Amino acid sequence: MQQPLGEQIRVRVDQDAPVFEEKRGVREAWRQIKRDRFLYALAALPLLYFVIFRYLPMIGLIIAFQDYDPFLGIGAMFSMDNFVGVKHFRNFFDSIFFWNIVRNTVVISFYKLLFGFPLPIILALLINEVRITVFQRTVQTISYLPHFFSMVVAAGIVRAMLTPQGGLLNQAIVAFGGEAQAFLTDPALFRSIIVTMDVWQQAGWNSIIFLAAMATINPEMYEAAAMDGANLFQRWWYVTLPSISFAIVIILIFRIGNMLDAGFEQILLLYSPSVYSVSDIIDTYVYRAGLIGRQYSFGAAVGLFKSVLALALMYMANKVAQYLGQEGLW
Amino acid sequence: MKLSRGEKLFDWINIFVLTIVTLFFLVPFLSVVSTSLVSGREYALRGLFILYPHQPVLNSYEMLLGQGSIVINAYMVTTARVIVGTSLGLIFTFPLAYVLSKRRLYARVPITMFIFFTMLFHGGLIPNFVLIEKLGLLDSFWSMILPNLINPWWLLIMRNFMLAIPEELEEAAIMDGASPLVVLLRVYLPLSMPVIATIGLWYAVMHWNYWFDAAIYINDPKKLPLQLILRGILEYGTGQYSDYSGLAEMTELTDPPPAESLKAAMIVITTLPILMIYPFIQRYFVKGIMLGSIKG
Repeated sequence: MQQPLGEQIRVRVDQDAPVFEEKRGVREAWRQIKRDRFLYALAALPLLYFVIFRYLPMIGLIIAFQDYDPFLGIGAMFSMDNFVGVKHFRNFFDSIFFWNIVRNTVVISFYKLLFGFPLPIILALLINEVRITVFQRTVQTISYLPHFFSMVVAAGIVRAMLTPQGGLLNQAIVAFGGEAQAFLTDPALFRSIIVTMDVWQQAGWNSIIFLAAMATINPEMYEAAAMDGANLFQRWWYVTLPSISFAIVIILIFRIGNMLDAGFEQILLLYSPSVYSVSDIIDTYVYRAGLIGRQYSFGAAVGLFKSVLALALMYMANKVAQYLGQEGLW
Repeated sequence: MKLSRGEKLFDWINIFVLTIVTLFFLVPFLSVVSTSLVSGREYALRGLFILYPHQPVLNSYEMLLGQGSIVINAYMVTTARVIVGTSLGLIFTFPLAYVLSKRRLYARVPITMFIFFTMLFHGGLIPNFVLIEKLGLLDSFWSMILPNLINPWWLLIMRNFMLAIPEELEEAAIMDGASPLVVLLRVYLPLSMPVIATIGLWYAVMHWNYWFDAAIYINDPKKLPLQLILRGILEYGTGQYSDYSGLAEMTELTDPPPAESLKAAMIVITTLPILMIYPFIQRYFVKGIMLGSIKG
């Protein structure tokens, strides 16, 4: 499941360093492990889960450097006979799809950032100004709702709105004398639809983090600002926004760090061959060429290309966050 | 505080704007609900630009949920997935979170790093598929459960919660002669119930909504969860499932529902349980965002 934005923000791995000085030495380590054998036994099975379902696939990435044959056994994955070096990577970089899918990935992500990032902040500012509690709660509850729809349901709703067979939008167009259109197969519109759907599904949810930050602002600051004659927009500009700037900066940075995730499930559920030229992203390409097309090694290579790039991006984002005086992700 | 005229004006504008925004979030779903209630006859007369049908009918629902329908079957699969996935998820997540919350644990930081790294780097689609294939889990119910046993992020949130439980409680229990297992079950488990309930809900909603694993691992329509049947109906209509009775009875109806109504009804059916519990569970999710962001 997609991680809500606010949840991606902080994990501190080394939180609360040991309260006492660790003694060193193998014997001491062994003594401690024996003392806590119950804890290690407890952790064994869950850790085995990580080994099998999270680390084995990483080892499986070696097929990116082979001509992997699904019909051969596991032994074939570790034999040098199938080893082909970086052939698949070279094929990918040379292919006519390469620039197109990289551009689509970055462009779609960029548009999602351009609209999906400021809108939750504006929404939070407006919700924060509401003085009628019931109205405020209702707006919030309804705005989070689309976040709880599965991607299939959300895509289904978008299809239902846009279908030329009586979708709400087309019926409205026809009612005003226009002609029904097949929006989802129009390359000029597809990205706008994806971005709008993303805003519809996530904007309310993503506003939570900003609302929470605004709730911690000392009301005296507003009173002082009002005393100095600040109008509403000046209060936003000089009090609210600076007070939540830490949340704004850190979320912006980590959204950039996740730039290569342009919305795999969403696009997969809505695209079609007529809009591949503007919608095919790295993930959908891996799915089609690698999995459906059964070119496992090639797909693994493209996937590895993305994973490595994403790791580097996230690393840089974290560095920037630390540089700006934030705690960063790790 | 007395409001100035400008502020009063802004309040009204703000309420107006937010009402429009709220409608933007709500109307797409409402229009799906109303479409699901449109009969074939009404569709022929008025088209589907109908905010509310004059004569709402439940034909679509009767058809989709008819005797022996694939939709009923999918409901069972999804329910089983939610129950098994959530229980096993908690059974795997809770002990590990507990262990990682012990500050005295030797190699605690390396073990945490071992888990944390999986949040930053993945094998990706193809190696995961090859793994499931090699484990013989293709077309198995367990292909939807096992790869999702532990969400590392939620694990760390649970650990953070347990880090706040004072260690003296454990020491006191051990002084009283409690074994480590008793400490876990009688001291930490009851104290952790709030976070267990919250994360249990997250697992449950995740399992109800997730679909992509089943899309690539499962072929047998009888084993597909609700989301995948919905996807099938949205993209290819109901015809493909006509072998699985229920839907075949469509021909017997005097007033068969239009295809768009069937699709809309299937959307409502798929998301109804979420909608019904949504008002009650919403705050657990909001709380989670705070847990993850504003560190204690």
